[in-house]
Amino acid sequence: MNIIVPVKQVPNLTDELEINSEGDDLDHGALQYVLNEFDEHAIEEAVLAKEAAGGAVTVIGVDTTGELDSALHTALAKGADKAAKVTGEYGRGVDSHTQARLLADAIKGMSPDIVLTGVQAADDRDGQIGPMIAAHLGLPYVGVVTGVEVKEGKAVVHKEYAGGVMAEFEVTLPTVVGVQAAHQPPRYAPVSKIRQIAKTMQIEEIAGNVPSGAGSTVRRMFKPESAGHAEMWDGSPEEIAEKIVALIAEKGLLKREA
Amino acid sequence: MAVGLDKVEPDKIIEEKHLVVEGMDISGHWNRMFEQRVIWDYDVEQLEKVASLPGGESLAWCYGCGKCTAVCPVDIVGDYSPRKIHRKTQMGIDLFTSPDLWLCTTCMNCLRVCPKEVDMIQIMPAVREQAVLEGSVPPELQKAFEDTAKHGNPLGQPQRKRADWAKKAGAPVPIMKDLNRPVDILWYVGSYPSYHPRGIDAARAAARIFNALGIDFGILGVEEKDDGDSQRLAGEKGLFEMLAEHNIATFSKYEFERMVVTGPHEFNAFKNEYPKFGGDFKILHYTQFLVEHLDRLKPMLKKQIDRKVTFHDPCYLGRHNGEYDAPRQLLRAIPGLELVEMGRCRENGYCCGGGGGGMWLDSFSKDHTKMRLSERRVREAVEYGADVLAVCCPFEVSRFEDAAKSTGNDKLIVRDILELLDESMKE
Repeated sequence: MNIIVPVKQVPNLTDELEINSEGDDLDHGALQYVLNEFDEHAIEEAVLAKEAAGGAVTVIGVDTTGELDSALHTALAKGADKAAKVTGEYGRGVDSHTQARLLADAIKGMSPDIVLTGVQAADDRDGQIGPMIAAHLGLPYVGVVTGVEVKEGKAVVHKEYAGGVMAEFEVTLPTVVGVQAAHQPPRYAPVSKIRQIAKTMQIEEIAGNVPSGAGSTVRRMFKPESAGHAEMWDGSPEEIAEKIVALIAEKGLLKREA
Repeated sequence: MAVGLDKVEPDKIIEEKHLVVEGMDISGHWNRMFEQRVIWDYDVEQLEKVASLPGGESLAWCYGCGKCTAVCPVDIVGDYSPRKIHRKTQMGIDLFTSPDLWLCTTCMNCLRVCPKEVDMIQIMPAVREQAVLEGSVPPELQKAFEDTAKHGNPLGQPQRKRADWAKKAGAPVPIMKDLNRPVDILWYVGSYPSYHPRGIDAARAAARIFNALGIDFGILGVEEKDDGDSQRLAGEKGLFEMLAEHNIATFSKYEFERMVVTGPHEFNAFKNEYPKFGGDFKILHYTQFLVEHLDRLKPMLKKQIDRKVTFHDPCYLGRHNGEYDAPRQLLRAIPGLELVEMGRCRENGYCCGGGGGGMWLDSFSKDHTKMRLSERRVREAVEYGADVLAVCCPFEVSRFEDAAKSTGNDKLIVRDILELLDESMKE
């Protein structure tokens, strides 16, 4: 079975995000990139599917950061068999429409049985890469999936709805799946293994076409503006405790015995 | 049944009522051996699996004397020692999947007494590395690996906040990038002094002491990452190498005479391991550095600390690197302070349990021992009548404070030597 996992890198959210001087995008020069968390789950689910049903996993991404190799090496260390990247002059954080087009073009030649990708990413949060790849390839799509089981030309997928409702779909292969969560936490890739792989394994390079343009443009990007102010209290635990009690009483939340 | 008994071949045992051998009547000697004893064969597969790894060779040298068992800190709270590891491996138990693999803290007391130089400091990382590659790592340790790889520190704190502790140090803490000039001392702060609340207390104390002494120093701030040595000893060699490359490149960007480190693990990494990657710097533990300034420091230590203090030798400052005196000299310089030694001190110092990855295996180790090593140590400090347990390793303050609480010895005060000096410098 041929499993393809499209991935992308997103800004590391443990770092402070800075807005660029034009005020319409993040300051990409000041950012560190990590693999999109949902894509990590897609990789895990792909490796689990391969372990259960056999086949090979290929991880693919558009190299918009110049640092995609490390993410691909990590995926290989977790059990992917092949890695490929689409290369070209693409700006950092290039929009999902462009990425979906480039990825679909590259995946077309790979004759996939199943394409597993993260259901969304923390950067644009539009969740469109999966459905658009499916549309470009003329394949069905199921999103918000928390478990995939592949057998006899079909995939049984668990889809999560709001309010804790779950549904089970049977999809004929080939198909595209947007993974919300793998059915076990993504495994750790030891750095020892990643470094071994970086020295020995090749990443296939696929030259991409000219970007096709965004579905949306960002006019203004800004940090959340605070509406109110928090009051900070200093003092010993006893003093603070007294202040809290006084405040609760003041707000009328405390019923005192007369 | 003991291993090997199934290999006794009963048909080879000859029983005679009267027996004359070469003219000599040996009847009645029921225990005389008439045939060559069958040498019971062991399946050496498991032992060979360990001994064939680079670094694992010396496990096969063990001849079972058991000297290590007498000094192993883990055996004192459990059933574990290098000799037992050797014996179990000989008996066919797979070390690669055994919980025993994660109990060694690489404290080195076994190697100190071993006549055969069976070196657990080499064996454990070698076997653990294979387990790590196979993905069989206790989850809490794996989390520390992940956090170190992602954030540059095992506490999982953001890299950009690495120097935040310095804001409230009460003394200037210059950052190398801003200084933009050579300094005498590059102070490598370390992860726990940068992020752990009790580690920060020691870091701030150090900043005040350095300023009082007029030391020309700088720190790396957000450019600093964990040294990685304990991760290496816990089996994540690649992570260590990645960090070593990063740190060496960062150190090399700046000009400084010597580097002072807060922690013994960092001291060990930079002194003994980083040179293998081309990073050769003059390294001092802070106790060694402050002892150089003792003449000027002493008059500043005005406030009496009328306490009975005992000192816990960190394994990686003492046994691994031979420094026992500097911390004691500093403690003796504090007026009013009475230094008492515990039974297990200096070369035979008892391990706190935090080394070799133990810092991130607390629940796991607790499940496989009767008591935490830190709890055993805290009890020892109390047995010797100490009011204060003094330490100089950033792993230890929180370990021992927790252990003091969990053993009901809340009265025992745990302080870094930096904190005690800083306290004594207050008017």
